[in-house]
Formats: sequence, structure tokens, C-alpha cells
Amino acid sequence: MTGAKPAPAQFLARADLQRLLEALRARGYRVMGPVPRDGAVVFDEVRSVDELPRGLREAQEPGRYRLEPNGRDTVFDVVNGPGSLKPYVFAPREKLLQVEPEGRSFRAQELHPDAPKLAVIGVRACDLAALSVQDRIFLEGRYPDSYYAARRRQLFLVAVNCTRSASTCFCVSMATGPEATQGFDLALTEQEWGFLVRAGSALGREVQQALPLTPAPEAALARERTSLETCAATMQRKLETADLPEVLYRNLEHPRWHDVGSRCLSCGNCTMVCPTCFCHDEKDEPLLGEPDEAGVRSVRVREWDSCFNREHAQVYGLNYRPKIEDRYRQWLVHKLASWIDQFGTSGCVGCGRCITWCPVGIDLTEEMRALREPGA
Amino acid sequence: MTVRSPLLPEPAEIVEKRSYGPSIHAYRLRLLAADARPRFDFVPGQFNMVYVPGVGEVAISISSDPEEEMLEHTIRIVGRTTRVIDGLGPGDVLGLRGPYGTGWPLQEARWKDVVVVTGGLGCAPVTGAIDYMFRRRANYGRLTIVHGVKKPSDLIHRERFEYWRRQEDARVLLTTDEPDRAWRDRSGVVTELFDEIEFDPSRTVLLMCGPEIMMHYAIQNLRGRGLASDRIFLSIERNMKCAVGLCGHCQLGPEFVCKDGPIFRLTRVERLLFTRGL
Repeated sequence: MTGAKPAPAQFLARADLQRLLEALRARGYRVMGPVPRDGAVVFDEVRSVDELPRGLREAQEPGRYRLEPNGRDTVFDVVNGPGSLKPYVFAPREKLLQVEPEGRSFRAQELHPDAPKLAVIGVRACDLAALSVQDRIFLEGRYPDSYYAARRRQLFLVAVNCTRSASTCFCVSMATGPEATQGFDLALTEQEWGFLVRAGSALGREVQQALPLTPAPEAALARERTSLETCAATMQRKLETADLPEVLYRNLEHPRWHDVGSRCLSCGNCTMVCPTCFCHDEKDEPLLGEPDEAGVRSVRVREWDSCFNREHAQVYGLNYRPKIEDRYRQWLVHKLASWIDQFGTSGCVGCGRCITWCPVGIDLTEEMRALREPGA
Repeated sequence: MTVRSPLLPEPAEIVEKRSYGPSIHAYRLRLLAADARPRFDFVPGQFNMVYVPGVGEVAISISSDPEEEMLEHTIRIVGRTTRVIDGLGPGDVLGLRGPYGTGWPLQEARWKDVVVVTGGLGCAPVTGAIDYMFRRRANYGRLTIVHGVKKPSDLIHRERFEYWRRQEDARVLLTTDEPDRAWRDRSGVVTELFDEIEFDPSRTVLLMCGPEIMMHYAIQNLRGRGLASDRIFLSIERNMKCAVGLCGHCQLGPEFVCKDGPIFRLTRVERLLFTRGL
């Protein structure tokens, strides 16, 4: 992926979308895309465009997600679901090391992930922004993560620009969308008769050349501008960012923390659906099977963890964040404030997943508004 | 990639084990790979992840002198991994990766007076630093050590405190909350001893390690006597899993205690440290 300026748009007829999937498969990619599953759209393998969420859109509210017909012939009208790019680069469970006894000592070997070439279509601007946040965490620190890196370099990303937003979206506030401007190989804008296609990388241009494209009509480009501008202008949710991170550091003792702590179930859903949350646990697991004469072999694994888990800040004899309100505060202050100090970017991209998938409908934009009000 | 994974533990053999009571042992370890020791060049206050194959890892500060060949870890037996370590002795092999984090400001403290305030069993991260200064006695001014324990049996390394007490231009004050008949030192909390210690704020550095509530009152008291925040250094404890700033557990506001700490200059953590539940 390069930061090259996207090429001029070309047009791909709706009937030719399958050619994109085939062009990617021909280059050895396993192709993932948005598919309806159990009442929500998630990323999964797609072999045919018929598996995409045709004629559907979603209604999202705090704590609520429903797919419904949109009465049109679209495949990318569902903005997002609980899944993001995160599991494709930061695996929910990663085997790090294999350790086996060797005499009195042991031998530890780094395990390299089996990371096949993976193309993801239907990636939104907020998800690309989230990926660049995760790149900073896993690749640009003092200890770059080889597991993340191995998966990351295998990704081919086909973005889709958002021409409608869910009620929970606030990417405009976070300056991450609704248009994908960087970090993709190809970007699509869906219209009535097909897709405007732009390449964002050399690899994207190569794939683009395998497609039956025609120059984009002026009228289509004008309509695209209008639809993107309308999407941005009509976005319902907003988050004020000008006074972050300071406003949170000033309000660490605000009574609202107790209030939200009494509503929060500490289930960790928000951290699981968040495309940037990176907390994980590391542990040894003995390998089952034939007992070795020399002793037990084991693997060291890491698994997604959540700052809402009770044990997250637990050391022997002491829990630094014993109350749910402590843990909610940790999450929100980290996401919107200390993340900026740590990584030079907000940990929030405005995708709204934490709002939709919270079982009790806690809305961080609403919590932030309350935290700005003087406490009772 | 030729970069060595930061997560790979290095085998190290236990050469000697000394016990301080039933649940605290000091292990002296020799790295098995001949070329490994330079990678473990450390500053007192830094820590290693100590690994038991098939069981797990724990973050333990290094209590030996940086110029010794062997690495020493003083380990309290408190959980699953340390209980396995409890059963190990000379000849057994542990894994080490590190060193991680920040060390005590032993260069900055040169030619100055040093006050060390510690509490509870958590003094292990600082004993290595005290030894370091006594071994380079001429580089440091007056050394004052104030150490408090809940009950007398919590005082490990008694002989070390007695040894330091006998050194020139050094003062050691010990106190306990629950004195018994055999206890001949002071009673009460650490801060009650502060009236007895004399220091010149303009040439003093404070090193602290122990419960946050103790550090909170100690800071109030000593700052009230003119000690500047940028002369105060504390060792902070948090849950650590990866030690490389990736797993997220050890955060204190914007700080990752594993890499930005565990030793902090007070000015850096001042406004976060004593907020409950952070």
C-alpha cells in the first residue's frame, strides 16, 4: 500500500462485480466480504456476489441492530456490522512460541502465523482509519510485532465509500470518513448501475486492469460528490474533539463515572467490536497428546482481552480497578485521551460499533456530553 | 526476518537459592547461552520476565549488581507461576527475557544525598539500588533508608539493613505497625519517622517503593519540607503480561508502566498516580 494519490475514477457495471472477485482469486487471494449471517452483516468468505447483502440495509441504534430491505438493487448499503479488519491482522488467538524440554533446559521457538493472501471487500473509511491506528501500535513501536506484520502485508483492501450512515456513526467528528481517502488498494462507490472504481496502490492498479472498466461519466462523478457530501452532512451523531484529551484528564472524578458504571455490565462487547482495542492476555498452554519422555511441550498464546474484565488490573492481593466505573473510565479515557499521548492519534474512529453492540445501549458520545457538564 | 522476537525467553540455570522465610527466595541465575549476558545489561530497577516453561511468566525486578555475571531475582511466592518457582532449586532452568522498563536514577543521584523510603514486602526493586550505591560509596553523599513493615516477620533482609546501618554516613530507620517484644526499632507508620530524618532539599534525591498510599503521604510530607517533585522517583506496580507495551494491562493514564516505568519521576505521573481506581 502506498500513499499515492488515487487515480481518476472508472466505471464498473453492476453485472461485472463478480469479475473483481475472480481477478482477486486469480491472484491467489482468499476473498472476504460483507455477508448477512444470523441477522447481522459480518465479514466472511465470498465466492459469488450473490452472497453479498443484496437489497439490504441496517438500522442501528444504541443496543439495537436490524437488517431490513432497502427496496433497491444494492450490495453495499449495509454500513457495518460487528466485524472489522481487526481479527485479520491482530488475531483473536495467536500462537506465539512453541516451547519444548531439552535436557534440563528448554527450547523456545517463534511460531510464524500461516497468513494466506487475503482480500477484503466492502471495507469502510472508518475501518481503514482503524487499521492505520493498529499499524502504529503493532508496527511502529520499539518492538514491532512480527505476527501482526506477517498478516498485514498479505492484505488487499477494497474500500467502499459510505453514501449513507447508520444512526450510530460519527466518522465526520473523528475526521475518518465517510470517504476512503487512503490506505486502500481499490475503492468503490456504489451507484444505481454499477461502481465508480479508483486504485490506491500499484497492486490495486494491476487488479483494476483486469476489470472491464469504462471511463466514469461526468454525471456519475457529480452524483458521487453529492451523495458523499449528503452522507457527511446528515450524520446524526457527533463527538466534540477540540478539547481532548484535556477535558477527560480534568474530569477523572466526575460523578458521571459512577452513573455510567451503574449501567455498564462490564461485558466487554465494546472492546471486542472496537476495531482498535488491542489489549490481550498471554499464557502458556500445555500441548495435549503423546506425553514426551523429556516432559511437557507447550505453546505460548495470546488472546484478546478486555479492560472490562475484572482481572485486567489485578495483581497479587490488589485490584487497581476493582469497580465497573473504574474500568469504564479506563476504557473511555484511554480511547479518547491517553491514546493520543501514547500513539499520536485518537483510539476512536467513529464507527459507532461500541454503541450498537452495547447490550444496554451506552453511547460514548452521550457520556462525553455528560462529562462536559459540571458534576452534580 | 532476522530480528529476534522480543518474546523469546533465554534459558538461565539456577546456581544458588537463598530463602528469606518460607515464601521469599532469592535466585541467582546464569544464562546458559555464552553470548546472552550482554543482551541483559541492565540498570537497577529494571525487570525481567521470569518464565517457567509450560506454566507462565512473571515480572520480577533484578536485584543483583549490574557488573556481576549472574542475575539475581528475589521472588515472593504468591501465585500459580511463583508456586512452581518455589519448588525449583540449583540446577533447574528458568527462562528470562528482558531487561525491561526504566531504572533508578543512579547517575543523576551521584554526588547527592539519597533518601530511600520503602514499605511492606515491596522493597525488592530498591535493595539492588541501595547495594549499588554502597558498593560505589564515594559517588554518593549521605544515604538515609527508611523502611516500614506491617509486622516484624515481614522484614526480610534484616541482615542487609544491619549491614547498611553500620556503613559510614548512613542512617537506617526501621518501623513496624505491630511491634512484638523482640522488636527493637520504631513503631508506627513510615511517615511518622520523617521528622527524624534530616535532609537538604537542594542536594537530595528521593527513591520510593511500596504501597501507593504510603508514597502519597510520604510525598506530601517531604514536599512540604521543600523537596522538589523532580527529585522524587517512585516504583509503580501494575499488572504486566507482555512487558513491551502491547498487551495493555499495565496502563496508568498515558503511561505503560512496563516500558515508561516502573520507575517514574514524580512530575511525570503526579496528576494520575493518586486518583483512585486508575
